[in-house]
Formats: sequence, structure tokens, C-alpha cells
Amino acid sequence: MQETLTPALEASSLSKTFLAGGRRTTALDDVSFGVRHGIVTGLIGPDAAGKSTLMRLAAGLLIPDSGSIRVAGLDATRQSLEVQSSIGYMPQRFGLYEDLSVQENLDLYSDLQGVPIEDRPARHEELLGMAGLDPFRKRLAGKLSGGMKQKLGLACALVRQPSLLLLDEPTVGVDPVSRRELWSIVYRLVKERGTSVLLSTAYLDEAENCDEVILLHEGRLLAKGTPESLRVPMNGRVFAVKSDSLSKRSLQATLSRAPGVIDALIHGDHVRVVMESQSPPASRPDMQISPLLPRFEDSFVTLLKGPASPVHAITQGKPVSAMTGTVIELENLQRRFGDFYAVKNVSFSVSQGEVFGLLGANGAGKSTTFRMLCGLLPPSGGKLRVAGVDLRHAASKARAKIGYMSQKFSLYGNLSALENLRFFGAAYGLSGKTGTERIQWAMAEFSLSEVKDTVSGDLSLGYKQRLALACALMHQPDILFLDEPTSGVDPLARREFWRRINELAVRGVTVMVTTHFMEEAEYCDRLAIMASGEILKIGTPAEIKAGAKSENPSMEDAFVELIQARESA
Amino acid sequence: MNMRLTGLIRKEFLQIIRDPSSIAIAFLMPLILLLLFGYGVSLDSEHIPLGLVVEAPSADTSNFTAEFRESRYFETFAYANTRNAVRAMTAGKINAVIVLKQDFARQLRQPDGAPIQLILNGVDENTARIISGYVDGSFQNWLEHDAALRGIRSEIPVRIEQRIWFNSELRSRNFLVPGLIAVIMTLIGALLTALVMAREWERGTMEALLVTPVSMNEVILGKLIPYFLLGMGGLALSVAMALWLFEVPLRGSLWILLAASALFLITALGMGLLISSVAKNQFVAGQIAIIGTFLPAFILSGFIFDINSMPKIVQAITHVIAARYYVAILQTLFLAGDEWQVILPNAAALVLLAALFLGLTWRNTRKRLE
Repeated sequence: MQETLTPALEASSLSKTFLAGGRRTTALDDVSFGVRHGIVTGLIGPDAAGKSTLMRLAAGLLIPDSGSIRVAGLDATRQSLEVQSSIGYMPQRFGLYEDLSVQENLDLYSDLQGVPIEDRPARHEELLGMAGLDPFRKRLAGKLSGGMKQKLGLACALVRQPSLLLLDEPTVGVDPVSRRELWSIVYRLVKERGTSVLLSTAYLDEAENCDEVILLHEGRLLAKGTPESLRVPMNGRVFAVKSDSLSKRSLQATLSRAPGVIDALIHGDHVRVVMESQSPPASRPDMQISPLLPRFEDSFVTLLKGPASPVHAITQGKPVSAMTGTVIELENLQRRFGDFYAVKNVSFSVSQGEVFGLLGANGAGKSTTFRMLCGLLPPSGGKLRVAGVDLRHAASKARAKIGYMSQKFSLYGNLSALENLRFFGAAYGLSGKTGTERIQWAMAEFSLSEVKDTVSGDLSLGYKQRLALACALMHQPDILFLDEPTSGVDPLARREFWRRINELAVRGVTVMVTTHFMEEAEYCDRLAIMASGEILKIGTPAEIKAGAKSENPSMEDAFVELIQARESA
Repeated sequence: MNMRLTGLIRKEFLQIIRDPSSIAIAFLMPLILLLLFGYGVSLDSEHIPLGLVVEAPSADTSNFTAEFRESRYFETFAYANTRNAVRAMTAGKINAVIVLKQDFARQLRQPDGAPIQLILNGVDENTARIISGYVDGSFQNWLEHDAALRGIRSEIPVRIEQRIWFNSELRSRNFLVPGLIAVIMTLIGALLTALVMAREWERGTMEALLVTPVSMNEVILGKLIPYFLLGMGGLALSVAMALWLFEVPLRGSLWILLAASALFLITALGMGLLISSVAKNQFVAGQIAIIGTFLPAFILSGFIFDINSMPKIVQAITHVIAARYYVAILQTLFLAGDEWQVILPNAAALVLLAALFLGLTWRNTRKRLE
């Protein structure tokens, strides 16, 4: 049979560049691979790795600069209409018409895909049943939750039983429960219909769900194979290190400078160390070292990073925060919008020097809580003290002690890095000698000198993130609020970012962070898991995981269990 | 029609019905513009406040001032002396002052005649010119009348007999409302279409559309047809209001009006689609549509401002403004009738522009994301 001979998708020497703002950027550089029939292939890489470009090339939406991409033997560029009749494609934002109902969206895509009228009732029933959307046929797509939208988008891509399904980051911005449901639908398709699936994702932990993975980084093919084959070389090279005398942050700092160490990460109560070879890190009497099973991210980081790079610690700046004891205190905090409680009865406190995480899906109330903590939104009820100040009465007094960095980095895109620093310094009232000193500090500390005259909109994501953090630290705040600070940043930049956050915490700065990366929750001292405006559980990462029923649970397992327990209750 | 195209058209109508901003641009804005221009804006000068200072009242002076008191163009206010009247004019209460001096009655029948002092507020030069002309005319009129009464033949050898054609009542509404239809059609054809197309790019639905086996012609037709129908709806609303609410006469044929409007609407849709093939977010598309189509339809189409009195360069620019040809056809059809010598060349220009815009759109739109 021809089907078994030609791959479902085949890229050969594929290159693609884009011209943006007078500069040519390379999205894909000489990429070749094949996707096998009837399995799930994961296209894995951080933002700007070239995943979406590859998906769009496969769908015939872009023309390659050189090389070719073929779908089931058809050239995606020259025979794009034929290719488009045989694939299902879900773009990043699902491609739904928000002012059309669930049924109307399905009807539209059935019309466009030429599904015969008589086949539709049965097909729609099947798809809506699979997506669990049957009761919501009349609901407007815009009124669905993120997870439901994602499943409807998938149903629309499947109206005509495609032989190849392309899913472009289907799990971004979707809560872990919906993520798991999507994966189970995808596997049912593969098993029952023999559909071939190419799925792109920036979550490295999702690689483990794929039959085969293609690793992309900065437009280049880094590796290809089964997740197992990529993980095997890491066997015996990953260790858990605990220490009685050192704090976990100092331990991490020490280990990351030790010879032979590729990666050292805080993971709950221990530090997870990846070594260059199969020998444990040099032990000290106060350390307990035990071997760990490798994860996919370990191989990814090893492939990217190679031997350890020199690490330097934050040297200057305020030595230790002047504050002690409880720094943030919430008591029965509430926020109402009309009849809707975005946040209800939230109580917790954070002590000085602690890294406290807020974990939850979109719409769980994280951002609302955060805005109230920063004094940007008045609470509807309850008590709220930040840096010893009641935010209801003296918000501006508290704000001088707060640094805030948002998900979108809030930089002025058309100002240079230096001008951004100057502006944020001035906004916090730093002038004259102090102002100049702080700018010099930021330049040196965050290695920004080489890009100081670059317009910040042109900086890479990693640099932008560093600059945004520098801006938030210009006035030496005692408390740092980070709202999804690492979304879209690659694992290496994320590690560097967290190294800085850890150093700040060691020097007494209190850090409050929201994240949807489950593994980042492990870096926190304590965390609160939120859903529907309420706190489900508060504790150290180990305590949170201990509550889960499954064996050796990950943070995500614990999270999903908590949410499901709440829903069934 | 094929399944894909009907699917796209049905979708577009569902979106129009559910999106308040589409309804607002297609029906609410035309309604507001028509009411505003039909009732609010008038280029006619009526009830101009006029100050009268009569220093020595007599039969002659009251005879003369009656000419103004009874006119519908003026509203008169009497002042005891020139100083008070000038103060009122400075305060903006009146636009002009007529002063009849002490010796008006005595000098009136002298060979040199009596002088009338007219003080005008020249800030609004248009109104000032109207008042000046009117005072002149009234004075001549009155003199003749007066002479005739006393059996003396007028000494003026030539008389102008005015006859105003096409808009005999000189109602500015009669040419504003037809011209406004061009603005409304531009709004629906170009602005609304550019916005909804940009919205598809912005929300990522265009990407999903393009990956289906739909052809680009179907995507373009799927936008053209619904918004053409919507635009014709806007036209029906505007014409109905023009005829029945504002009582603008329609002297030409309704069918030619519909045909010319359909032609202009296609041109406007062509502009809207062309804009959206370049501007892929709603803000930029809206800005380009307003500056490139809506404002020219307002300012450069001859709808309010006469093209012949514009500087030569601006006149040259108006040749690429589609609304200019449509306004000419509209005003002719409403006020003059089926004048083919006006309609045909203007319609030909519209055909050319429609072909240009649609051709560029078709060339510019590829089934790709770049």
C-alpha cells in the first residue's frame, strides 16, 4: 500500500525566513524529518522555535524559502487545495467564531469542508459527544470556557475525518484538567480511526505523552525520536540532593557552580541535579544524595546547554530587606463584580524572604487577587495588609515598597533599554546620584550594557524579561510581585530568571508569583492552589503533593485531583 | 450556489445580527447622519438677527423697515442709538445693524438720495455677504415701489428677473440629503467591510478559514454579497427618509437610482476589501478607511463643498474619489431628472474605479498568511 510507504508528513531541507521591521529573522533553518502514520508526533520547542511556522507551511499557508514539505505525498505549497482537503488544522486560538453558537460553528466548518448534509447529524452528534459539548449546542462559542473552546476547535477541525490532524499549541492557556481531556480525545482518534497527529507544544512535560517527538530550537532540528530514546542517555545522571545545614536556595547556588553539573533546580524539598556523566556530584558530609528518574526536560536542557556555563551571583544592591515577620496578610478577602465573586474568602499570609506561589487555571482568581495586593483594585470585603500598610487607606505608601512585573512585561516598546530604566527610575522618584547608581547597577547586574541603546521592542524575549525585572527592581522594593513572569520564555531563560529570583529571596526580598507551569510551583517555598475564586489548598510543594492519592504524584497530578475533588463535591 | 459560499454568507449574516457594532454602522449611523443633516445642518440663512436704528421715525422709515420686519430671512431688533446696537453686535446678539440717520426722510427725495448705513459682522463672511446683498436688493425694491406709488417712472433701465431652477425653494436639504447617501454607502461598503475583514485576521478565524478547501474567490464573495445586501438596505432606508421625511423630490427614475447605487456600492466594497488586504488589524483598517474613504466622501465629493471652487490640485485629487461621481449622479437624479449626459460619464468613471479596486484586491489576496 502506498499509504504505508509515504510518510504522513515529510519535510526536506525546509527553510523559512521572515522580514519584520527591516530585519530578516530565520524561523526555520534546513529542517528535515518525517511523520509516521497513525501515531501522535509532538513538535516540541520553546516560543520562537519555529513550531507555528512549520504547522503553517504544512497547511499550505506559507511558502518556504527553500526545501519542500509534503503531506501524504502531496506538495503542501503547490497542491495546497488538495492538501487542505485532507487535513484537519486547529490554529493557536482555535479559529472559532465567538458570536456563533457551538452548532453554528460546526455547521460552518461542515459547509466549508463539504460534508454531505445527510451525514451531518450523526457526525456532529459523535463529535459533540466526544467533546462533551452536546448540552451546549446553542451556547455562543465566546461564552465557553477555555477548555470547552479548545474542544470545539478540535471538533471543527475533525468534521470531515481528516487523515492528518495538525494541532498548533492546543494546550496553551488551558487548565490541566482540560489538557488531560484533550490528550485522551487525541489518543482515541489515533486508536479508533488511525488518524496521524502532529501536535506542537511548548510544555516539555507533554513530550512524554507523544509516540515520537521532534525537538525544535531556534528554527533548527535538535533531536528526533521516541521520548524514551531521548531519555535513556540521561539514565543515572539525575540526582536528588538534600542538605541539613544549607538552605535549599544556597544549596542550589552551590551545586550549580560545582564541576560536572549541567542543571541544578529546586524541586520541592530537594535540589534536582543533572550531571554531565553518570557520577553523582561531589558530596559533602551534610548532603544526602539519591538517584532520580530522568525527565524529558533533563534531556532537553542537556541538549541545549551542554557543559555548565559560569554563573555569577547578584552582588550589589540592597543587602538585606529591612522588613521582618509577616509581610503580606490577607483575611477573608473578597472581590465581587456584580453578582459574580471573582475572589471569595481568601486568607493567607506570607513572611519576609518567602517565595509564595499562586497556582490556578485561567479565571481562577489569581490575577484579581494580585491586583488587589498591588493596590490596583479595591477589595469588596475582608482585610488586606501589605508591607504593614492597610491597602484600603494608604495604597500609594505601600506601592513604594512593591515591585511589579507583569506577564506582558509592560515595557515601552519604542524606548531603548536605557530609556526604559530611566523612565521607571523616575516614576519611582529616583533622581540625581541615586538614579544614576541604580541604572548602573541594573546594567551590570542584568548584563544589559550591550543592548542599552536597542529599542526594547526588538529585544529577544529573554532580554525583555531581564529588562522588565530590572525595571521592577529599580526602587529596591521589599516585595516583588511577578504575574506569570516566565510564560513564553525558553527553559534556559526560565532557569536564569529563577536563579535571580532565588538570590533576591535569599537577601530577604519577599516574592509573590503566579504561574501555570506546574514545575515552577516546585521552586516556591509555599503555594496556594486556587479555583473559582477560592483557595483549595495551601502548603509547601511536598504537603500539597502528599494530599494526592496517586502514587509518587507530580504537582500536576495533585492539582488535577484537587480540582476534580472540588467539582464532584 | 455552492455549499461553501452559502455557508460563508449565512455565517456573515449571523455575525451581523449578533454584533451590535455592525448594526450601528449599517443602520444607526445613517439614521443619525440623516437626521443631523436633514434637520440640524442648513446652509440657508433664515432668521438672521438684524439691528435697526431709526434716529428720526417717520412714515418713510417705518415703510422701509417693514421690508425687513416682514421678511422670513431676518428677525429685527430695534435700538435707540448706534452705540447700543454696536454693543449688541459685539456681544454676538445680532449680525448686522442698519442705521437710518436723522435726515433720511429729508434726503430721500433729493437727487443724490438718502444714505443708509449698514454695519456688518464680517466674522462669518458668508452670512455677511447674504445680508449685504439682501439689504441692497430690498432698498432698490423699496425705492421702485415708492416711486411707482407716487406715479414716477423708475430710472433704472435694466431689471434682473431671477428664476431658480432644480431647487426652486433653495432648500439646502434638497441637495444635502441625496449627497449624504453617498457618505452612508461609503460607511457600509468601505468602513464596515474593512473592519469585519480585519476582525477575522485579528481573531485568528481567517487562518482557520484558509486551511479549509475554500477558495479565495469564495472568501471574497462571501464578504461582498452580505455587505452588498446590507448596503442596499442602508440605501433603502436613506431614500425612504429622503422622500417621505425630508420631502426631497425624486425627479429621475428610481431604477436608475438603484442601478447607480449598486455600482457605487461595489466600488466602495472594493475599497473596503482592498484596505483589509493590507491592514490586518481593526484599528489600522478603521483609520485607513476613515481617512481614505469616509472623509473624502464627505469633503471632496462635492456633497457640501463645491468642487469647482477648490484649488486645482485638490480638484485633480477628487477624480479618484468614487463618491464624487456618485454624488453628481444622486443630485442630478433627485433634483433634475434622468439626465444621461451627467449619469453616463459618471457611471463610466465608477465602473473604472470598481474594476480597479476589485482587481487590486483580487491580485493582493492570496490564500497565504504572508
